[in-house]
Amino acid sequence: MTAPGAEEGVRGQDPVRARADVRHGERRLHPVTPLRRAWAPVAVLIGWAVHDPDQAQRQLTRLTATTLLVAVAVFVPAAALYGFLTWWFTHFAVTDAELRIRTGLVFRRTAHIRLERIQAIDVGRPLLARVAGVAKLRIDVVGTDKKDELAFLGEGDARALRAELLARAAGFAPETAHEVGEAPARRLLRVPPGVLAGALALTGRTWGSLGAALVVLPLLWFATHSPVPVLAGGLPLLGAAAASSFGRYVAEYDWTVSESPDGLRIDHGLLDRTHETVPPGRVQTVRIVQPLLWRWVGSRRSGAAGGGGGGGWVRVELHVAGSSNSVLVPVAPRAVAEEVVARVLPGVRVPVESARPPRRAAWCAPVWWRGNGVAVTEAVFVTRRGLLRRKVTLVPHAKVQSVRLTQGPWKRLWRLADVHVDTGANKTVSARLRDAQEAAELMHGQAERSRTGRGTARPDRWMS
Amino acid sequence: METGSAGGGIAAAAGEPVWTGLPPGLLRMRRLLLVVWLGAAAVLLAVPAGLFAGPLWAASGLLPLAAAAWGWVLLGRNWRSWRYAERADDLLLSRGVLWRQETVVPYGRMQLVEVTSGPVERYFGLARVQLHTAAAATDAAIPGLDPAEAERLRDRLTELGEARSAGL
Repeated sequence: MTAPGAEEGVRGQDPVRARADVRHGERRLHPVTPLRRAWAPVAVLIGWAVHDPDQAQRQLTRLTATTLLVAVAVFVPAAALYGFLTWWFTHFAVTDAELRIRTGLVFRRTAHIRLERIQAIDVGRPLLARVAGVAKLRIDVVGTDKKDELAFLGEGDARALRAELLARAAGFAPETAHEVGEAPARRLLRVPPGVLAGALALTGRTWGSLGAALVVLPLLWFATHSPVPVLAGGLPLLGAAAASSFGRYVAEYDWTVSESPDGLRIDHGLLDRTHETVPPGRVQTVRIVQPLLWRWVGSRRSGAAGGGGGGGWVRVELHVAGSSNSVLVPVAPRAVAEEVVARVLPGVRVPVESARPPRRAAWCAPVWWRGNGVAVTEAVFVTRRGLLRRKVTLVPHAKVQSVRLTQGPWKRLWRLADVHVDTGANKTVSARLRDAQEAAELMHGQAERSRTGRGTARPDRWMS
Repeated sequence: METGSAGGGIAAAAGEPVWTGLPPGLLRMRRLLLVVWLGAAAVLLAVPAGLFAGPLWAASGLLPLAAAAWGWVLLGRNWRSWRYAERADDLLLSRGVLWRQETVVPYGRMQLVEVTSGPVERYFGLARVQLHTAAAATDAAIPGLDPAEAERLRDRLTELGEARSAGL
């Protein structure tokens, strides 16, 4: 909204200088970037070799030294040229209201990202990039499938740019946005490596995939007595097992959540470090998940402190529109996690009690009906789901986009209905198996609350 | 916001929302399409069967006709179940006979209101109003409206949406 006006003002002074300013403001990515792009042809070759090993073998045997040399002489410069050109043609600039990215060698693409619409900013540092001292910046905006990414920037540049984007998005004047720098952060929580390892060891999925690999592989071996199917079946299984245990450990290692005026900061990763920032008021839903085995862990120590629904460990997820990151806290004692939730959604306390469906709901969902529940506080709509793996979902009233009530024939017979609350992060939160009358009241009440709840929400430019 | 609270007062005073049903055009179109397609199916089934398998087999043409009669009733029930209400602060939509669904969309959450009309719908003088919010799960659409009514609704919803607009 301020962008055209501000630009107009600049242009009004001196058109030539203004254009020079824009040119001057345009920046290129870090010169290391072409190397990353140069991987593409090599990756294609490797992919082909893996996809069709026999053919690759035959081609390799036919290869002589000369053809190899020629191939190298053609491929390497071509890859280097491609990498160099894509780097050369990628520019970005920060204006008062927008981040502009111009890219594309053949198909030009210009993205203008409105700063106040930024939902989250991540600084990612994959292992190789850490060695090279560079980082990539990923910007989450609503409604784009393709994530806008600036890869790679110098590490210092990436941090500075992130701070500048957030400062401008927060409503600081452009002249001061440079100097504002990184907002001070206050650490809320850090997950110790031992707790993380324990949490993963107590997750069913870790053992499930490992167990599957251990059972299926010998079976395959006995059935076929040839190593090919064992390898073909075993590698994906082992891969899945490793990803769900070791991979998660590596990704969630040293998980730190801090709070700053810029919003929430999440730092994590052992090899690939990631630094996420979620500006205030962007969180659409928060989900607290408690797998079965986490329920009794550490309850002696933290159970007394954690009043809300017993002790144990929980995992907290949050959903931001247009962002794929969802984990807020991989594992923490319930009391600590609820404290973090209270920071994310200011003034929200996770309700202890939730209303169960009426007893006749057992006709629609035997046994499991007990796991459902709904509660409404003045700030959030809360649903509970699951008997073994308990999930509590919180939606701030201000984030509700629409409310729906659905009722099938069987549920009508038992005078039950479901209420669905749709949020902007493409998550639908459902209160299942409510009494039909209550559901109708809940729906209309929720529509009313979500409409009035908006008045208390923070502005998009949270510092202005 | 003050308009919103004032409107809420009116809605509360009015109590029950004022429902609007769909104009009969949609029902007419759907029934005509049903009869045309299933009538054609009946002919295509009955004539070859009667010619090649004996006159008794021509009775198989009754099957699509029975389906058409059943569909005639179903379409009528479905059409009657559709209704909407413009309240002070939100749009109410209700539909479905066996699987009932009721949707509330606050005006402030509407991101986009579109009026669409396919070739068949245009022939019958019908238009469809589709509401989009930031949530993709919101499936709020009113089919089979009179084009003038659809445009009026679109303009009114857009106007109300702008007045009560809110970010994400």
